[in-house]
Amino acid sequence: MPILHALQETFGHVPEDAVPLLADALNLSRADVHGIVSFYHDFREAPAGRHVVKLCRAEACQSMGGHALAEGLLRRLGLDWGGTTGDGQVTIEPVYCLGLCACAPAALIDGRPLGRLNRERLDAAVNEARNDWSTP
Amino acid sequence: MVDAMSTRIFIPRDVAALAVGADEVARAVAAQAAALGTAVTIVRTGSRGLFWLEPMVEVETPLGRIAYGPVQAGDVAALFTAGWLTGATHPLRVGRPEDHPFLARQTRLTFARCGIVDPLSVEDYKAAGGYRGLAKAIEVGGAATVEAVTKSGLRGRGGAGFPTGIKWKTVRDAISDQKYVVCNADEGDSGTFADRMILEGDPFCLIEGMTIAGLAVGATRGYIYSRSEYPHANATMRAALDIARAAGLLGRDILGSGLEFHLELRVGAGAYVCGEETALLESLEGKRGVVRAKPPLPALKGLFGRPTVVNNLLSLATIPVIMDLGAQYYADFGMGRSRGTMPIQLAGNVLHGGLFETAFGLTLGEIVMEVGGGTNSRRPVRAVQAGGPLGAYLPPSQFDTPYDYEAFAARDALIGHGGLVVFDDTVDMAHMARFAMEFCAEESCGKCTPCRIGSTRGAEVVDRILAGRDVAANIALLEDLCNTMKFGSLCALGGFTPYPVLSAVRHFPEDFHTRNSPGRPLPAAAE
Ligand SMILES: Cc1cc2nc3c(=O)[nH]c(=O)nc-3n(C[C@H](O)[C@H](O)[C@H](O)COP(=O)(O)O)c2cc1C
Ligand code: SF4
Ligand code: FES
Repeated sequence: MPILHALQETFGHVPEDAVPLLADALNLSRADVHGIVSFYHDFREAPAGRHVVKLCRAEACQSMGGHALAEGLLRRLGLDWGGTTGDGQVTIEPVYCLGLCACAPAALIDGRPLGRLNRERLDAAVNEARNDWSTP
Repeated sequence: MVDAMSTRIFIPRDVAALAVGADEVARAVAAQAAALGTAVTIVRTGSRGLFWLEPMVEVETPLGRIAYGPVQAGDVAALFTAGWLTGATHPLRVGRPEDHPFLARQTRLTFARCGIVDPLSVEDYKAAGGYRGLAKAIEVGGAATVEAVTKSGLRGRGGAGFPTGIKWKTVRDAISDQKYVVCNADEGDSGTFADRMILEGDPFCLIEGMTIAGLAVGATRGYIYSRSEYPHANATMRAALDIARAAGLLGRDILGSGLEFHLELRVGAGAYVCGEETALLESLEGKRGVVRAKPPLPALKGLFGRPTVVNNLLSLATIPVIMDLGAQYYADFGMGRSRGTMPIQLAGNVLHGGLFETAFGLTLGEIVMEVGGGTNSRRPVRAVQAGGPLGAYLPPSQFDTPYDYEAFAARDALIGHGGLVVFDDTVDMAHMARFAMEFCAEESCGKCTPCRIGSTRGAEVVDRILAGRDVAANIALLEDLCNTMKFGSLCALGGFTPYPVLSAVRHFPEDFHTRNSPGRPLPAAAE
């Protein structure tokens, strides 16, 4: 797991080519490594957008309108959960609780926490990330 | 370093405070102090847990620490002008934190230091009573330590409420060349954040608790299993571990006592089921987080097949205070078989959301209405989900339930990890029932058919109810499915998902039976 986390940190996903190398190094079959990568929601098998927006879908955030907030953002960007904007800038991923449940609804944008979100604050944060063409 | 003329200003760096602007406030305070030529020393702390007042800034004054909140960067200049360095009045002035009713009403044992000390200062930690518990444990030895934990009545804070002392005794009595202590910090329940607050606000308390556990059961190695959703907490914990190693508080000869304990942090990868203790162990071993059948108990065959204590973070972080102040002192709080205090987490649509540590025994209504102040939206409370995504939804008619493991169980409800999520009257309970099924389907480890397939079917059945099709028959089908899941699942993910679902059906039938009919009382705001 620490190796997979490191790969994902460096490449933004776990590259296909890394699987046989890992399998060799750890004395596992390729299927084993694939099984591990696919089991955990965090590990992506394809690259994500330059900026990753993790929106909380869990109950406490829903109680503060998180569901409508998330659906609205996805609709405005024309995306489904896990989708990336056409310019490759922004990926929207679901997350189940960030421990910010007393400041709901909450999100993590490129690792930056945001709480007490409403449409304006979320849009502003997403746009800020989107207009920042440098890598995070 | 801290010169006498410099005023100390405490600004949380708990991620919930950061999420509402604490870093911006800290920058503004530094800039404004520099502009005014005033000497201030900014100390970053954990959170006191009054989240509706975050960012809550405390200034050290001759009157003691005076809090102001919620402070935004734009308020800082005015706070200086008003004279906050001497505790002057201002619309944002909260006063002495310990006089605030939300804190004054609490009994903080596990959270005694959180939000007060610099989380990465061993000196602060020791000055505030840290490492007295370990000293006591070293003095009395492992057997007496296990005895004390048993006598304290501490029950696991991770969900199942199993007596911690009994678990420790099993591991202590097991014979093995290697034993382990594993901290379950995979806090996945919505509405909970107590583990996170300790990781960020008082990490040495966990290190001390785990070291005591190691001494008590004869384990020389420990792991903290945290979650990737907590990057800030993990960074603080990593830093604390480095500091503890450098200070001789972890390693081969702790505090010169000859005690050996090594501790590492591992981070999960977004799988709720890895909070289940055996799935967690699989994950720690680098495998898919699939639940193991029990027996064998992890206490006998745990990590790498060796005897292992797996405890929730709060259970372990409560050990130092039990050893320091005594088992009886702790056991004197609480009611019935629920002894001591519980760090309750008030979350969701609640006016005063935060961390409320109190002796067991307050009623649910007192906690939600008096402490929490009702909803944040100022609409009526309609439901409270207790104990995370596997816990029941309770209506206000059950607000007389005392906060106690047995009283909750008698109402098919769960204390769990202490989360309470409040919903107002715009909630659509059929939607929430669907969410519970969907979550189970999403997070199932795949081992049992009722959990894996039943939950997907369950979500479809709720969809038909939501569409107003054959409602009565589909509700009967949903109840059947829940029964199959309850009795055919290996772990509580499949086994307990029926509780939120069935409690929604039972207590809020109007959300299921009157779909799409004009008489439906309230539109579904959540849709
Ligand atoms: C699906 C599932 C998720 C769980 N998640 C957690 C968790 O996040 N944290 C935790 O401490 N216990 C969790 N548990 C309970 C653990 O299996 C276990 O009972 C606990 O870690 C034991 O520690 P304790 O005795 O100190 O409570 C979970 C159980 C299940 C079935
Ligand atoms: S109930 Fe679900 S999560 Fe638990 S062991 Fe069975 S399939 Fe896995
Ligand atoms: S439920 Fe969204 S942060 Fe916890």
